[in-house]
Amino acid sequence: MSLNELWFLLVGVLFVGFFFLEGFDFGVGMSTAIIAKTDKQRRVLINSIGPFWDGNEVWLLTAGGAMFAAFPNWYATMFSGFYTPLVFLLLALIGRGVAFEFRGKVDTPQWRKTWDVIIFVGSLLPPLLLGVAFSGILKGLPIGADMEMRAGIFDIVNGYTLLGGITVVLLCLVHGLMFTTLRTTGELQERARILARRLLPLLALLLVGFAVYTYYATDVFQVRGGILSVIALVGLVAFLLSGYFMKLRKDGWAFTMTGAVIALSVASIFIGLFPRVMISSIDSAYNLTIHNAASGQYSLQVMSIAALTLLPFVLGYQIWSYFVFHKRVHEKDHLEY
Amino acid sequence: MFETLDIVTLSRLQFASTTIFHFFFVPLSIGLALLIAIMETLYVVKGNELYKRMAKFWGKLFLINFAVGVVTGILQEFQFGMNWSNYSRFVGDVFGAPLAVEALLAFFMESTFIGLWIFGWDRLSKRVHLLCIWLVAFGTSMSAFWILAANSFMQRPVGFEINNGRAEMNDFFAILTNGQLLVEFPHTLLGAFATGAFLVTGVSAYKLLKRQDVDFFRKSFQIAAIVAVVTSIGVAMFGHQQAQYLVQTQPMKMAASEGLWGKSGDPAGWTVSAFIDTENQSNSWEIKIPYLLSYLSYSTFSGEVKGMLELQAEYEQTYGPGNYIPPVKTTFWSFRIMVACGSAMILMGMYAVYLTIRKKWSRPNKWFLRSMVAGISLPVIANTAGWIMTEIGRQPWTVFGLMRTEDGISPGVSAGEVLFSLIAFNVIYAVLGTILVYLFIRVIKRGPFEDKKPQQRSNDPYEEGYHVS
Repeated sequence: MSLNELWFLLVGVLFVGFFFLEGFDFGVGMSTAIIAKTDKQRRVLINSIGPFWDGNEVWLLTAGGAMFAAFPNWYATMFSGFYTPLVFLLLALIGRGVAFEFRGKVDTPQWRKTWDVIIFVGSLLPPLLLGVAFSGILKGLPIGADMEMRAGIFDIVNGYTLLGGITVVLLCLVHGLMFTTLRTTGELQERARILARRLLPLLALLLVGFAVYTYYATDVFQVRGGILSVIALVGLVAFLLSGYFMKLRKDGWAFTMTGAVIALSVASIFIGLFPRVMISSIDSAYNLTIHNAASGQYSLQVMSIAALTLLPFVLGYQIWSYFVFHKRVHEKDHLEY
Repeated sequence: MFETLDIVTLSRLQFASTTIFHFFFVPLSIGLALLIAIMETLYVVKGNELYKRMAKFWGKLFLINFAVGVVTGILQEFQFGMNWSNYSRFVGDVFGAPLAVEALLAFFMESTFIGLWIFGWDRLSKRVHLLCIWLVAFGTSMSAFWILAANSFMQRPVGFEINNGRAEMNDFFAILTNGQLLVEFPHTLLGAFATGAFLVTGVSAYKLLKRQDVDFFRKSFQIAAIVAVVTSIGVAMFGHQQAQYLVQTQPMKMAASEGLWGKSGDPAGWTVSAFIDTENQSNSWEIKIPYLLSYLSYSTFSGEVKGMLELQAEYEQTYGPGNYIPPVKTTFWSFRIMVACGSAMILMGMYAVYLTIRKKWSRPNKWFLRSMVAGISLPVIANTAGWIMTEIGRQPWTVFGLMRTEDGISPGVSAGEVLFSLIAFNVIYAVLGTILVYLFIRVIKRGPFEDKKPQQRSNDPYEEGYHVS
């Protein structure tokens, strides 16, 4: 494996990690407006992701940093090309991040209601926008000979990309509901279970619809048809198992399976792209690839050593933090105030 | 001021506003993390509950501040690609590496361990919990090192070669031992520690004036006063190192920060104040302290410093025709504002420590305490002014000698898009800034013992009355 391939793999792994982890806290953020009936329940939900969401978001930051370092042209084209969607993504992430911290600081209903809205919108918009962006990358975008992407609004927002965005939103929501079943008890847990099961058929429809649309709208099945079909099959099995485990109330296994569906979906985007990183809709000669978008070999070597040394530690202490907070958040914890 | 709102101007305004706003919070996070780590260490070592309260009370301010720093930091990382795609393509090979390492080494560490610290008071042992805040403090400081390694490359590019029109890294070690980094990092880091220390002394002074929780705030004041004086003196010492380095590597920035058009003469005097006439390229009026510029530049009382006109001629020889003189007034005055604030910090810190040592607490000087409250703003102003001087003084370059700022923009992004984002982000900054100040005042007014009122007790860290027994 060349260093260019290794870094493509690492960026892919970082995005898979990001969607798996931040996916559930986006989902929990959305579900505060859906399954929580009281302020206390909203509070329990926020607390269930309290120790984790910031660390989860760093996966996105690291993915961005890794793209900048290993594939500067990919980073430059994608981030400037999706300028306005990223502005909204940033506004959403900013609002959501401070909302968690600020919400409980003032004890008036108006104050809390305001932050609740921001938490909901701030958890809904990022998966939507990222789903739209990655679908657009699969479909191809107007990238010219100078590697600059000059996209009009309908290059970015169209039927295919919207379907991709909505699918990601629903995936995160179901994944977040499964996380809620793991970290809460009683009414909230039960409501999360029921809603997740009710959403499964819709999610199945979206996933199949998106896969079929992808077959017609993109070339990824022509390029990587074999392996993508295998992944689709494994994904189908994971999806069916998630429904089966939900029915059996084996929440841990169900959460693992929704996570697997997310991981496989994100992985197939990267597999479908490889060895390209951005597809030009103008001319395939203008495609950005892991070669023409990459840094020099020296830089990749340095980065490889740094990443492979540091990542095990990062994974170690992140897993430890999940272990420390493995206990459920109880509503009765809050009766004191 | 601006004839047209072109893409370069708008992108620069957005970069400036984002970076300045972000850097209100970052130094405070770095500084407060250190102070809280010291307080919690005292708690673990001495077993005195008061120090635990201290860590928790200042921790509240820290967390509010940290949240704003984190979320504006995402924007900070994204904006290179968003607004400066040509720049990113050109330097990504070199500049991206420290950013990626910053994320891997620092961001993961601070975000994970801050979560453990907030929620871990009753789930972790005392020592492990203490370790968490030290790792947060270490993470925030490391973050400064890596981002400054990237910035130092823009001030003085090292460890690279130009291949296919891009700067490619060929010596990572050279980037990490860049002379610029070795003076810039300690200067910035100590400035950040001082920022945290002056917040703690200032807030404590306010509470002492109000005679609320006197014992608690006296102790806080003492700890922070020591940190304040040590770090303020350190900032000045490394500032002096940096000035000497500047004369060697970016003499134009030095000349502009001195408002020095022609040769300085030998020995060179330091200009305290001047009317700078950029049109006629001369100063119509100035006050100088003899010998001082020679000392600042070379640590001896002799030696000449080159002026801007001479350097302009030299740069035209090297880089071709163009204007290589940065905005002189901004560079000149931001430098003076920084130095003035820094000097005041040293004096106030010294007097604060003197008070602490002499234990003159029975009759604290009201005017001094009031000045310490106002002193909260000094390091904030100094940090901002220092960065304005550093970045404006480097113009017209974005990477010194290699790439001009105007060449770094994103050609595919329109001025309208940037205008929209500039307005949107600045509105958010204004709102966030206001809320932060409001919450700070609220937390400070309530004081460290508010949760003793039973109806407000809670185990919920996001709850106002969060407390751990």
